[in-house]
Amino acid sequence: MCLGIPGRIVAIEDPEIGLATADVGGVRRKVSIQLLQEEPGGGPGIDDWVLIHVGFALAQIDEQEAAETFRRLEAIGDPYREELDELASSDIE
Amino acid sequence: MRFVDEYRSPDIARGLAAEIAELAGDGHHKIMEICGGHTHAIYRHGIPDYLPDNVELVHGPGCPVCVVPAGRIDDAIAIAFEPGVILTTFGDLMRVPGGQGSFLDANSRGADIRMVYSPLDALKVARRNPDRRVVFAAIGFETTAPATAATVLRAAAEGIDNFSVLSNHVLVGPAIQAILDAPGQDLDGFLGPGHVSTVIGASAYEFVARDHGKPLVVSGFEPLDVLQAIAWLLRQRQEGRAEVTNQYTRVVPWEGNRAALRAIDATMEPRATFEWRGLGEIPWSALALREEYAAFDAERHFTLPGRRVADHRACQCAEVLTGRLKPWQCAVFGTVCTPENPIGTCMVSSEGACAAYYHYGRLQLGRDAHAAPVPSP
Amino acid sequence: MTQQPEGAETDAKTEAGGETEAEALARVARHRERRPRVRDEHVTLAHGAGGSATADLVEDLFLRSLANPALEAREDQALIDVDPGRLAFTTDSFVVSPLEFPGGSIGDLAINGTVNDLAVSGARPAYLSAGFILEEGFAIARLRRIVDDLAAAAAAAGVQVVTGDTKVVGRGKGDGCYINTAGIGVLERPVELGARFARPGDAVLVSGPIGDHGITILLARGDLELEADLESDTAPLHRLVDGLLEACSGVRCLRDATRGGVATVLNEVAEAAGVGIALEETALPIRAEVNGACEVLGLDPLYVACEGRMVIVVDAAEADTALAALRALPEGEQAARIGSVVAESPGMVSLRTQLGGTRVVDTMAGDPLPRIC
Repeated sequence: MCLGIPGRIVAIEDPEIGLATADVGGVRRKVSIQLLQEEPGGGPGIDDWVLIHVGFALAQIDEQEAAETFRRLEAIGDPYREELDELASSDIE
Repeated sequence: MRFVDEYRSPDIARGLAAEIAELAGDGHHKIMEICGGHTHAIYRHGIPDYLPDNVELVHGPGCPVCVVPAGRIDDAIAIAFEPGVILTTFGDLMRVPGGQGSFLDANSRGADIRMVYSPLDALKVARRNPDRRVVFAAIGFETTAPATAATVLRAAAEGIDNFSVLSNHVLVGPAIQAILDAPGQDLDGFLGPGHVSTVIGASAYEFVARDHGKPLVVSGFEPLDVLQAIAWLLRQRQEGRAEVTNQYTRVVPWEGNRAALRAIDATMEPRATFEWRGLGEIPWSALALREEYAAFDAERHFTLPGRRVADHRACQCAEVLTGRLKPWQCAVFGTVCTPENPIGTCMVSSEGACAAYYHYGRLQLGRDAHAAPVPSP
Repeated sequence: MTQQPEGAETDAKTEAGGETEAEALARVARHRERRPRVRDEHVTLAHGAGGSATADLVEDLFLRSLANPALEAREDQALIDVDPGRLAFTTDSFVVSPLEFPGGSIGDLAINGTVNDLAVSGARPAYLSAGFILEEGFAIARLRRIVDDLAAAAAAAGVQVVTGDTKVVGRGKGDGCYINTAGIGVLERPVELGARFARPGDAVLVSGPIGDHGITILLARGDLELEADLESDTAPLHRLVDGLLEACSGVRCLRDATRGGVATVLNEVAEAAGVGIALEETALPIRAEVNGACEVLGLDPLYVACEGRMVIVVDAAEADTALAALRALPEGEQAARIGSVVAESPGMVSLRTQLGGTRVVDTMAGDPLPRIC
């Protein structure tokens, strides 16, 4: 549950034990990426986005899925925006 | 902020609200959001403003702070008063009242209880204070258990001998089971917790659809995630389906995080039974450290008073936690029981249903002051 | 040493010193009159006892930095001439930890906090007192830095510290250094400002980004292991107040947003005036780093302390003029309108969220604590 926020890996401090530094909107914190390492030295790298909870990266953010999710959401917004535009531009006499 | 702001767009919210209204039709839909994080997000962003009256959101027990029994708080405080102990914990727990006050109260009586952001920081405190015994009071579902587990493994690898964990980790599956089994339960569907699912996987909820015929959509925490998940639930209802689907695909895998599950399994095992504040004893619903890691188990190092502290007689948290009562329907809500003086668990943590509603959701009044975001039909 | 002849006068020279006793005593007298130099490295109980150690501390640390005629009179009190009229009077105590942090120290807070409490009445902050409670063992070098910060802040704010006090408490009985300042300001303008004057329709403004100080302190404490490029916003607000009151006649109320943040101030205004306040989340000026830290820690920036930010309630017709006046000064360049006073829901502050929904901005129960849930 609970507070997990997206952060961008900006440095790998120790690939063996999975220590990295992540940036969340300008704030930096050391986080452990060991739960995303199938083998030591693996896991997310610089500029990858991860979901951080209590100092641990629990998942890597799949940017393609994110884009897909957002595309679907945007599509829902479009008809509504179009309707608003049409409403604004139409003239009932 | 990336991956955050785009999921807060009002235009898209209006589009989703229209879709939800259409899918909701004339029926009545009672949906439970299991996770306290969702309760908080729903109120923080004002999501109820985008829902029609016949879609009712009911708050679930997924608040790991709220469900820590008062007696376990007392146990932690007893440990804190043992000679040389530094007790570390998350900020969430500092104000939770036990039978004899909170951690903050204990500090005012001379205990050394410190807030940390991560169990790794608690381990750092242990390294820096080799002459003190550092105990980490751990809470959380399977979201947080891997962090505790990984920290215990690190402590073992480094041979640290002054660090131990008091585990109040609980499991989300048994909590959902308890909801489904509660008498008079009449829920139509569930918003599945997002972040715990990164660990246990969306597949963990299959039993909800398969054995109980209720749809469950795993949902992200941004408001558009929640609205989209609600829309998907309503669509399932409309089409007579009951499935587990995943809205939060950018983060939640179907099978979960193997490394995280391995870490939990290596260091912890389920307890035969555990008391949940407000819900009573639930079998196989919590985690304790394994024998192999006894050196890091505070329950083996310290003698805990282990008293069961009964809830206040007027407390109706059990009904609120299982969705049978809304916060404002509780007889003592906002009068005897307030965030400053919480009687029961739902008011205790800021994501508890009653606390969230009290802080953010006394909305009807607030709503009048702003133009409605969704033009009335 | 030659033998003193019997019956010789006491001012017979000795061979070793080459001077008479009278000359030696004169030399000692000159030495005692020299400006004292505190050579101790740590504060001791003697420094608080009121004797010569205290006097030396006052001379070398406080008078050296804070030089002004009133202080230099070295009396038990300062005597001040003021034009007949209204005085503003306030006091504040400063117990911040850590004592020094990015953007300033307890010395800055001690001046700016009191200056601002005076300034928001429309008064010209003028004279301050400064009382120090020091813990035995506190490093003198740190005390020097704090006093220098205090002096610099006073100069920047155009105020004088005219009287003060120093006490020392035993080791373990204080957090290093506590400071109390009380301040007098002179109300030279015919304004009457107050929360109770807010009325429906008024605009609600804030003078700059919120939450900088609180987050800076939280990060500086170190236990959360977060780093960010942030500093405290501690600053005197009197120039902003002057500019604002010169430009606008319809200012209802000015408040210094400190502990409890903007939310607390606005709840007080709503309560005092019996009005509602409606805020727009997207209009709140918040630095990215403060936002990021709040997201990580689960804090709400509306409740995070500031130390150099003002909340302004002003007649809506003058909102743009007010913003222009604020933005004309560097300390107000990010001033923004964040909402309005409304008639609905008296006593309640509400917020239209980024999403477009609404929620209450409640009064704070206790100190906001970081959360994981």
